[in-house]
Amino acid sequence: MRGRLTFTAGCVLVAAVLLVAAVSLVWLPYDPSDTTGGRLAPPGGEHLLGTDKLGRDLLTQLMVGARIALTVGIGSVLVGGLIGVTAGLLAGFATRWLDDVLSAALDIVIAFPTLLLAMLVVAAREASLGSAVLAIGLAMSGVVARLTRVLVKQVLTQDYITASRTSGTSWPRVVAEHVLPNIAPTLLVNLALQLGLAVLAEAALSYLGLGPPPPNASWGRLLQEAQATVLTAPTGAIAPGVLLVVLVVGVNLVADGLRDLADPTRRRSR
Amino acid sequence: MTPLEVAGLSVRRADGRDLVRDLSFSLAPGERLGLIGESGSGKSLTALAVMGLLPAGMTAHGSVLLDGTQMVGTPDRKLNRVRGRAAAVVFQEPLTALDPLMRVGRQLAWPIRRRRGLRGAALRAAVQDALAEVRLPERVAAAYPHEISGGQRQRAAIAMALACEPAVLIADEPTTALDVTVQSEVLALLDGLVAGRGMALLFITHDLAVVADVADRVVVLKDGSMVESGRTRDIVREPRHAYTRSLVDSAWALEGELDRLAP
Repeated sequence: MRGRLTFTAGCVLVAAVLLVAAVSLVWLPYDPSDTTGGRLAPPGGEHLLGTDKLGRDLLTQLMVGARIALTVGIGSVLVGGLIGVTAGLLAGFATRWLDDVLSAALDIVIAFPTLLLAMLVVAAREASLGSAVLAIGLAMSGVVARLTRVLVKQVLTQDYITASRTSGTSWPRVVAEHVLPNIAPTLLVNLALQLGLAVLAEAALSYLGLGPPPPNASWGRLLQEAQATVLTAPTGAIAPGVLLVVLVVGVNLVADGLRDLADPTRRRSR
Repeated sequence: MTPLEVAGLSVRRADGRDLVRDLSFSLAPGERLGLIGESGSGKSLTALAVMGLLPAGMTAHGSVLLDGTQMVGTPDRKLNRVRGRAAAVVFQEPLTALDPLMRVGRQLAWPIRRRRGLRGAALRAAVQDALAEVRLPERVAAAYPHEISGGQRQRAAIAMALACEPAVLIADEPTTALDVTVQSEVLALLDGLVAGRGMALLFITHDLAVVADVADRVVVLKDGSMVESGRTRDIVREPRHAYTRSLVDSAWALEGELDRLAP
């Protein structure tokens, strides 16, 4: 029961952010670059959450920010998951020699600071939504690949793999039928956790000015812009912070619940 | 053609140690051979070597002719065509030999589909037939392995092996993990099914009483080498090697305990 409750709570939190992001596509209270609201207007009245120091509506900025947080989060999980799972499968099946080489490469990727990697990607391309997705996805792929490799190795020692092989099942089919489904529960939970981390990483990049440039109103950049006026207009810093926490906590709770859902032996025992 | 012909088979570990040494035996069509030995004697490795599925780091040497195909040193892709139809395996631990995340019916469907090319409704019907043959109720098809009992799981595993319609069935301690009462049921079932299809049986066990029940001939393994082989009856009556004698004696000793307690 406890698992179901946290899962539901997580879904509600994530759904709330998803809803905000979806609404932002069709309706916004003000134009994101509309600066007619007066500088640092307090919450209430015409502007529900007030305005920032340039006179832009804060609620509008937050709604656009939800879209960016989700885009970068989901995008980088797709990039990191695709690269990571592929590399992990390769390493899991590889001969001793190739496995050693791949593992060393993964350790280097993991040890490489995400921010430095992001700076390199931004320097090579430009600061954009795509660069943020690529940088965070690449950094994530090392962790995902290492987990996949361990999971694959573990599954390959199981009797049911040998049993399947004795009936003449080819390797690609063994991977599709037995290996991937059996590593999926753990992998999915980890990817969901990575989604939360990716959202935080995007906020960090944007805070440092390495994220998607204006007018993309990332939560991280909102935090950075509100920093100077946090004492006079605290809403500007608190609101994006709260949203960030809501999304990340929600994603983590969903990750927890997913683990139980994906595994039939746990599903029944509750 | 001889279904299985093993000649001078050795299984070598990466460090050069032989875990199975110069083993030779053969199986005629419909024959039942028992491979008996204590744990670590190389019985299961022999079974895996026969299928060409030794764990990483181990290599087979010598010759294993399975339905005329050389299983030692042949590329894996070629062996996939032989596996299943020439020989199939029932493993010791039915819980781990079934994929925990796949319903039993689906696991059973794949070898049937592969062997007979059935699809859709015909495939579902064949799965039900296969379950009925090992006396499992229909609902087992929709169950996950953890939802059925140990005996039922082993029956499902037997059904999967038989679905390949192999010329040789290799049973690697198929009753060791089961309760004693279930053991005899599964043994009787296996016995009947193998006889009904005229399959050859390679029965691997550490239990002399079980071998005496199912096998015509016995190969006794100790530390990876064959110490004795012959007809089951002769070996039980007149074991020549000291190890075989101790096997026979301990089996009788247990039997004697029962006799002593009998009214």
